[in-house]
Amino acid sequence: MLGLKKKDLTLLGVVAALVIFAPFILNPFPADSAMAQFNAGYPDLMQRFVIFGIFAIGFNILFGLTGYLSFGHAAFLGVGSYSAVWMFKLLSMNVIPAIILAVIISGLFAMLIGFISLRRSGIYFSILTLAFAQMSFNLAYSVLTPITNGETGLQLTLEDPRVLGETATSSGGIPVTNFFGLEMRATETLNLGGWSFQFNAGYYLCALIMMIAFYISIRIFRSPFGLMLRAVKSNQTRLNYTGLNTRPYTLAAFVISGMYAGLAGGLMASMDPLAGAERMQWTASGEVVLMTILGGAGTLIGPVLGAGFIKYFENIFSKINENVLHQWFHALPDGIETPLVWVAEHFVGSGWHLTLGLLFMLVVTFLPGGLVEGGQRIGRLVRRRGESKKATQSTPAE
Amino acid sequence: MSKHLTRRGLIKTGVIGGAGLAVPTIFTGAANAFTNEPAGGTVTLGFNVPQSGPYADEGADELRAYQLAVEHLNGEGDGGMLNTFSSKALEGNGILGKKVEYVTGDTQTKSDAARASAKSMIEKDGAVMITGGSSSGVAVAVQGLCQEAGVIFMAGLTHSNDTTGKDKKANGFRHFFNAYMSGAALAPVLAAQYGTDRKAYHLTADYTWGWTQEESIKAATEALGWETVNTVRTPLAATDFSSYITPILQTDADVLILNHYGGNMVNSLTNAVQFGLRDKMVNGKQFEIVVPLYSRLMARGAGENVKGIFGSTNWHWSLQDEGSKAFVKSFGTKYGFPPSQAAHTCYVQTLLYADAVQRAGSFNPCAVGEALVGGDSSIEGIDSPANKGYLFDGLGNGQVLYRAADHQCFKDVLVVKGKDNPTSEFDLLEVVEQTPVQQVWYEPDNPMFAGGNLGSCNAGA
Repeated sequence: MLGLKKKDLTLLGVVAALVIFAPFILNPFPADSAMAQFNAGYPDLMQRFVIFGIFAIGFNILFGLTGYLSFGHAAFLGVGSYSAVWMFKLLSMNVIPAIILAVIISGLFAMLIGFISLRRSGIYFSILTLAFAQMSFNLAYSVLTPITNGETGLQLTLEDPRVLGETATSSGGIPVTNFFGLEMRATETLNLGGWSFQFNAGYYLCALIMMIAFYISIRIFRSPFGLMLRAVKSNQTRLNYTGLNTRPYTLAAFVISGMYAGLAGGLMASMDPLAGAERMQWTASGEVVLMTILGGAGTLIGPVLGAGFIKYFENIFSKINENVLHQWFHALPDGIETPLVWVAEHFVGSGWHLTLGLLFMLVVTFLPGGLVEGGQRIGRLVRRRGESKKATQSTPAE
Repeated sequence: MSKHLTRRGLIKTGVIGGAGLAVPTIFTGAANAFTNEPAGGTVTLGFNVPQSGPYADEGADELRAYQLAVEHLNGEGDGGMLNTFSSKALEGNGILGKKVEYVTGDTQTKSDAARASAKSMIEKDGAVMITGGSSSGVAVAVQGLCQEAGVIFMAGLTHSNDTTGKDKKANGFRHFFNAYMSGAALAPVLAAQYGTDRKAYHLTADYTWGWTQEESIKAATEALGWETVNTVRTPLAATDFSSYITPILQTDADVLILNHYGGNMVNSLTNAVQFGLRDKMVNGKQFEIVVPLYSRLMARGAGENVKGIFGSTNWHWSLQDEGSKAFVKSFGTKYGFPPSQAAHTCYVQTLLYADAVQRAGSFNPCAVGEALVGGDSSIEGIDSPANKGYLFDGLGNGQVLYRAADHQCFKDVLVVKGKDNPTSEFDLLEVVEQTPVQQVWYEPDNPMFAGGNLGSCNAGA
């Protein structure tokens, strides 16, 4: 079905089920329990999960398949965001034109940067992309302030023209982003016992787009084009000696990957109409590399998992403060509680980077294939145990 | 086919399906009148401060002040400025009888991260008010978010003219003073100290606050006869300013104005002193450095280098009015050192919000906003139709007007100087002059603040 083999179809099905039921899966704890701190099922974070999932899927098409490590992918994300916000300012608050423009502009931008950067490979390519991204960041930060509004970030105002929409709502506010009238921030809350599950229109739009993006990524992975990209990764020199020009293939992969990043940027702006220069900073580019490696480079589902993992830490762990820690440990005697809280507080709150760094180190050292490898190992373990159990069970004679 | 699809089976599935569809409507509670209407016995406030980045010190101090404010609102501790506040609506039993709880987040001094953090407070934790920020860029971004989401934003330390100027919002309120007021208060003192024929060179943090600070102090000093040699923008994330300092030596400027704050100022001032700028004689005059926005935390960071350097500040712990004394006492008792101006403004903002809710009798943002800046009181000695809002006293700045026209507070401004002989590590600044509010007053349509529109209040939901 859909031109996919059974295995890929199952994977697509699993991902679809995960994103559809995410509001339930991510909210395992009742809202007023102490563990509610770890709930991630609120619209903003769920949107981030799928948007950065798209970003990482796109990055993986370049890095996972061709092995070209781009250190400047955040630039395309930023360009996508700026294009989308300008579309909201000038045309209308409908997200579709914004997303389309974001993809087109970032694709063109990727074409330009890719054309120059892909003349080199390996570390030189990485440095070139890093340089371009940093240039874009500085342009957005100060030089192009009239277009980007500098450090404050590009925002909607009550004076925007919006040719196909209204400048301000009848009640004097800035209109909100919508999908043909369906407001992106519209949220339906379902209270079941102590749990409260939030279903957000914007999230489901992002989820739908991510499913499409994921499907396209599977098709690319399984296509002859994908095979050619893998060949580039395994030995580009040999390909060149056989008389093949690999540049068009790598450039195509770079542009596709840039368009994915632009799509993610456009979606980010659609969910929250603001575009800031820091989205293009090199740390943001590094983050997507981390996501991909953490989840498993070159695998289909890995980058999505990695994106979710990092965003979870960024948003959940950073909000645990000293006060919360004291609540957790208050049953312990003071002599133990105080040092325990002192140690723990360095790993939460603003110290979430530290926790993430430790986990990243552990994953890279013990699971070089990322979280996907971890999953596979567990899967094998379970299967082997199942098999050994089967083997010991003697089949009774008929 | 017929084997699977029986009449009975169809009815069964129909009933179950119908019940399933009905479940959400049964369980979704009554629609709220406004975003995050507090249910039960508690109300959640969101404290969104920088815990990393160039303003992390300020952020940490803000958080301490918020925790103190929550204690006092809940009737714990010694009550602090609740006892000196001119409005007596708060009773020390929470807000409207609801116990105050809070959540915290890290803005990272980045608009994106700040918005994400504020969103999670609103969507996940049910915060009914967001406050904080130590960067105007972040404050402007979060203020916009709160306007959209329908919650109140009580700005913390944000000094840019834009926060209550071109980016002002109906749901946003600022107690802190701004760049224009700094310029208006500082310029006469500078002219008196350094004369009226000076040549100034500006280094400016490259974001909304830096731009408006530069514009304000430039206009104010030029009006007194100073000349501006050059203005150079430096990135907010910069930590080494050597490359910006050396070009100054090539010019004939005799005053360096550092439109920097927090870690930026500490580094740029240290660099400037290392390059010997303060010992230089130019045009037969002593070279001087000015820091328009000063804080004790920065003075401590820069150490020896701040001696004799002029700047302005919103509040200083050495003030001797009842409110300041009460606040310094309870802050000092709890943490062991005096509060910074960032801590002061955040504490005051939390109290003002709680007081407004209490007086309004509702958490509805529109009602709260009405109470915060409503009323017909005005400051004496200013003849202007905009001189109208909510007048209060006893929170450390003397008489303060929350102006209805742009949700900006008007109060006296302190001009301070780095102390030559500090007696302790906290006693680093001395107040040179308390500039009266009349001198820093401006009309809402001042060109430096024009272009914005409050819009109408948004209660969300």
